[in-house]
Amino acid sequence: MATVTTTAAQQRSIESNILSRQQRSLWQDAFWRLRRNKAAMVGIVIIALASFCAIFAGFIAPYEPTAINTAKNNMDPLFVGGKYTDSSYILGSDQLGRDILSRLIWSSRISMVVGLVPTLLVFTMGASLGMFAGYFGGWIDNLLMRFTDIIYAFPDLLFVIIIMATLRNTWLGDLMGGLILIFVALAVVSWVGLARLVRGQVLSLKEKEFIEAARATGVPTTRIMFRHLFPNALAPVIVSAAFAIPGAMLSESVLSFIGIGIRPPTATWGVMINEGFVVFSQSPWPVLLPAVCISIVMLAFTFLGDGLRDALDPRMKI
Amino acid sequence: MLQYTIRRLLLIIPTMFFVALITFSLAHAAPGSPFEKNENRPLPPATIERLNRAYGIDKPITEQFVLFLGNAIRFDFGPSMVRDRQVTEIIGQGFPVSAQLGLQALLLSLAISLPLGVVSALKQNSAIDYGSLFFATVGYTIPSFVIAIFAIYVFAVGLRWLPIIGWGDLRHMILPTVILALGPAAVLTRITRASMLEAIRQDYVRTARSKGLREQVVVVSHVMKNAMIPVATIVGPVTAGLITGSFLIEQIFSVPGIGRLYVTSILGRDYPVIMATTLLYAFLIMVANITVDIVYGILDPRIKVGK
Repeated sequence: MATVTTTAAQQRSIESNILSRQQRSLWQDAFWRLRRNKAAMVGIVIIALASFCAIFAGFIAPYEPTAINTAKNNMDPLFVGGKYTDSSYILGSDQLGRDILSRLIWSSRISMVVGLVPTLLVFTMGASLGMFAGYFGGWIDNLLMRFTDIIYAFPDLLFVIIIMATLRNTWLGDLMGGLILIFVALAVVSWVGLARLVRGQVLSLKEKEFIEAARATGVPTTRIMFRHLFPNALAPVIVSAAFAIPGAMLSESVLSFIGIGIRPPTATWGVMINEGFVVFSQSPWPVLLPAVCISIVMLAFTFLGDGLRDALDPRMKI
Repeated sequence: MLQYTIRRLLLIIPTMFFVALITFSLAHAAPGSPFEKNENRPLPPATIERLNRAYGIDKPITEQFVLFLGNAIRFDFGPSMVRDRQVTEIIGQGFPVSAQLGLQALLLSLAISLPLGVVSALKQNSAIDYGSLFFATVGYTIPSFVIAIFAIYVFAVGLRWLPIIGWGDLRHMILPTVILALGPAAVLTRITRASMLEAIRQDYVRTARSKGLREQVVVVSHVMKNAMIPVATIVGPVTAGLITGSFLIEQIFSVPGIGRLYVTSILGRDYPVIMATTLLYAFLIMVANITVDIVYGILDPRIKVGK
């Protein structure tokens, strides 16, 4: 049998190496893995740029997003060249002569808000209900599971469309050009999936020894839930948030594209596509440019989401 | 197994009841009716009253719901509020078109994704693998209506190879079918590749190799046979995706299926049609999910489905 022999000096150096290496927590470890993922970093940069546009839309956009100038309508973007361009409309103008660049920039604000607000709502609602149901079980759990069965039979988008279509003309649908109703519709539909996810996590975690130990030493239940269960169930929740945000943005685009989302003249990428689609074959840019924006932002979030999943749970590599 | 199947099938009834209840209440919470479209030239109150009576809207809401349920069981959803035809007839006309489009897209997505997923797993980290991962990421990320826009621009506006709208001959079907298939194909490729990679590393595969089986036999009857199980389970959600994807694609390409019917009836607030289509969609998705779960149980005896 072969044995590995080390001299005393080597042994000492190995030991000091181990000791001197900085301790890294689980989260630092995940962050380190994320930093090495190039696609995820590209995603983060794009998302940061889009957020910058969203926050400072009023300062960067050269025009008001709804300013009409019919004398200068259907201008091509400057990069296309030709005589149907105007140097003051960098990305051209639409059929009403509104500046496409400004509309794209203002749209990013709506998209970011639609991505973040429902996701936050869903996470507070879904995570607390899921944790509660998972931890206490019983009839609450049963009710939740039956309820999710029903919601699962509805495809998400179908449910959102029905809510939007029916409640659009109520006072709720009028708030902020339909924005509030979109928040509500998206939140109502998607908290269920998250509740299920958290419940599953809690169910498996609560049998673990550290929870038993916490309970045995008399830690109060709320403290067990928030200090012990929640942080441990957080990783898949973060990953699902990274996919929920673009999902919500996409739903807004789809709804606005069909014509039951945000009301024109508010600029969103979906509204722009909807309005430009009628004259698509004559002047494609008012449709193509928002489509490009949607694609880039969606890709950025997928890169980040995939990166987060790989970083937080290296075993789950797909 | 039989018990499980029966229980799942019976569970359709309460689920459909709640789906009907939710849609019904939402539809009735909506203000206005389809008869109030033109605000400048309102219909005389007497006409509206007669119309309401004809469509049974004047009855108390609980009675309306009971009536609706009773009729829905007999597939009778009454006349459309916008077109002068029975809802069942309108849906009966659109359904074959949507079914054809959906099936074509499902078959195409399987034909693309299975070989792609298998090959990229067998040749992990090769050019093919990176290519198919790229395809999977893009197809899964970029929404179908955005892809449809680019495709129309390139093939119909730019190159003028294919017609943009309509339905009928093969040339009309190419763009909608391919675009509808892309999303599911991307998801299926990802799943196939992942479950192949997992199956390849199993001990029984090493055993099969070490007893001298030919590589082909190992791949086909040991790796693929097991790798296909997770793929089968994803077909349920994929079907649901095809159904929701279809109404955008049908709307964009003017395909006369129930997807486009659904969108037009929503815009025109044609509630009988909305209700009927929603119930149909929910039913189809439930049946797809149940079928998949049962098939899953048969394919993989390790899974005890009945708890």
